[in-house]
Amino acid sequence: MRIRGLVVLGALAVLSAGCSSIEPWVKPYDRENLADPIMAFSRAPISQDFLDHVFESREGSRGATGGGGGGCGCN
Amino acid sequence: MKSPRTRLFRYVITCLAVAGIAMQSHAGVLPEDRADLLYFRYDGGGVVINGPSVLLRKSIGEHVSVSANHYIDMVSSASIDVETSASPYEDERTQSSLSVDFLHGKSMYSLGYVNSDESDYTAKTMFANISHDMFGDLTTISFGYKKGENEVFRNLKDAATGIVANDPNFAETMETQSFNAAVSQILTKNLVLAGQYEVITDEGFLRSPYRSIRYLIDPLTQALAPEQYPNTRTSNAASIRAKYYLPYRAAIDTMYRFYTDTWGVIGHTGELGYVHPTNNEKWIFEGRVRYYTQTAADFYADLFPRAGYANFMARDKELATYSAITAGIGATYEFKIQRFPWLTKGQLNLRYDFMTVEYEDFRDATYSIGSFGTPPANPLQPGTEPLYKLEANIIQFFISAYF
Repeated sequence: MRIRGLVVLGALAVLSAGCSSIEPWVKPYDRENLADPIMAFSRAPISQDFLDHVFESREGSRGATGGGGGGCGCN
Repeated sequence: MKSPRTRLFRYVITCLAVAGIAMQSHAGVLPEDRADLLYFRYDGGGVVINGPSVLLRKSIGEHVSVSANHYIDMVSSASIDVETSASPYEDERTQSSLSVDFLHGKSMYSLGYVNSDESDYTAKTMFANISHDMFGDLTTISFGYKKGENEVFRNLKDAATGIVANDPNFAETMETQSFNAAVSQILTKNLVLAGQYEVITDEGFLRSPYRSIRYLIDPLTQALAPEQYPNTRTSNAASIRAKYYLPYRAAIDTMYRFYTDTWGVIGHTGELGYVHPTNNEKWIFEGRVRYYTQTAADFYADLFPRAGYANFMARDKELATYSAITAGIGATYEFKIQRFPWLTKGQLNLRYDFMTVEYEDFRDATYSIGSFGTPPANPLQPGTEPLYKLEANIIQFFISAYF
C-alpha cells in the first residue's frame, strides 16, 4: 500500500509539473524546418486513409495508426 | 462547495483528458482549408478495387473547421477464398464521413461520424477526440474514443435468375469500441517524435459469413465447413514514429508498431520513408518501404485434422502466419493558377505501391479443391499444395487544392 501511495504521489507530481508552464527548449523562431509541409507525418490525409484501409484489410493487426474508418470491403 | 479530493480528481482528469493524438497537427491551429479528389486502384490476389474519394475541409470563422469525405469502393472479387468456395462477385461500398473540429485556446475538440454501406455490411461509427498543446507548444497530447455499430448480412445468388439478394434468414450484429492516447513531441528543431497507443474491443459476429475451413475426412479427402469464431476480440497496439529534417531540404521518417490481441496474433510493423522536394519547389518525390509480420491466431489452421476439431476454427489468411513488404514511390507537382488568386496552391499527385505477402501456413487450395467448382485435372493431396503468395499493385492519383 505504501509503495502504491508513493507511485500515486509521484504520478500526481509529474502531472502537476505537466500542467504548469515549462520553458520551451526549441524556440518558436527555431521551428522553420518543423513547419515545412514535408515534415507532416501525413502530407495527404485522403491518400493515407486509403492506404490505412488497404493495410487494415490485408493485415491481422489494427490500430495506433491514426485512422478513423468503418466498414470492410475486404472479403 | 467541492471537496479538495473532488477538485484534485477533476484536476488529474483534466490533465489526463488532454493527453491524446494530434500526430499530424498542432492542437492550437486549425487544419488548412483544402479539397482533394482521389482515384485509386488495388489489383491483387484476384481482387480489383477501384473508385473515387473526395475530401473537403473548410474552416468556419477562426475556431471551427469542418471536414467531409465521400469514398466509393467498387469491388470485383475472385479471391482465393472465393475461388475455392463460391463464385466471383461484384459489390460496391460507399462511405461518407463528417467531422467538426472546435479550437479553443490550445485545445482542439473533434467530433465525427462515419457511415459505410455495402450490400452485405453496414457500419456506423462515431468518434470524439480532444487534443492539447503544452510546454510551449513542444508537446501535443490527446485522447480519442470511437464506437461502431455494424450489421452483417449474407448475400445469396439465385441459381436460376442470377439475382443476388440478402439471405432473409441471416442477420448479425457487431459492436466495436476503441480508445486511444497519443503524444507528439518536438525534440529538436529538426526532429519530431510521436507515440500512440490504441485498444480496440469487438463483440458480436466477427467472422465472414462466406469463408470456410477445410478438414480431412481421410488423408486423401477433404471437406469444407463454416468457420467458428469467438464473439469477442480485444487488441492492443502501440506505435512510435519519428521524422527528421535533413541538412538539405528533405525529410526521413520511421515508424514501428507492436500489436497483440486476445486471439493470439502478435504483429510487428516497420516503415521507413523519404521525402525529397526539388530546388525549384515544383516537385516533391517520396519513397516508402513497409515491412509487416505476424503470428497466427490460436484457432487458425490451413487444414484441420477432422470435423469438429475445436470449438473455434478459422482459415482466414489474415489470421495466418505471414510477412509482407510494401514498397511505394510518389511524385507531387505543385502549381498556382494566376486566374484563381483564391487558390493558394494546387497539387497533382501520383503514387504507386507494390505489395507482396508470403504466407507460411496458408496453402493454395485450388491445387486440391479447384476453382469455382471445377476440380483440377491432377489434384494434389490436401496439405501438400504450394504455399499461397499474394502480390498487389496499388495506384493512386489525386488532385489537391489549398485555399
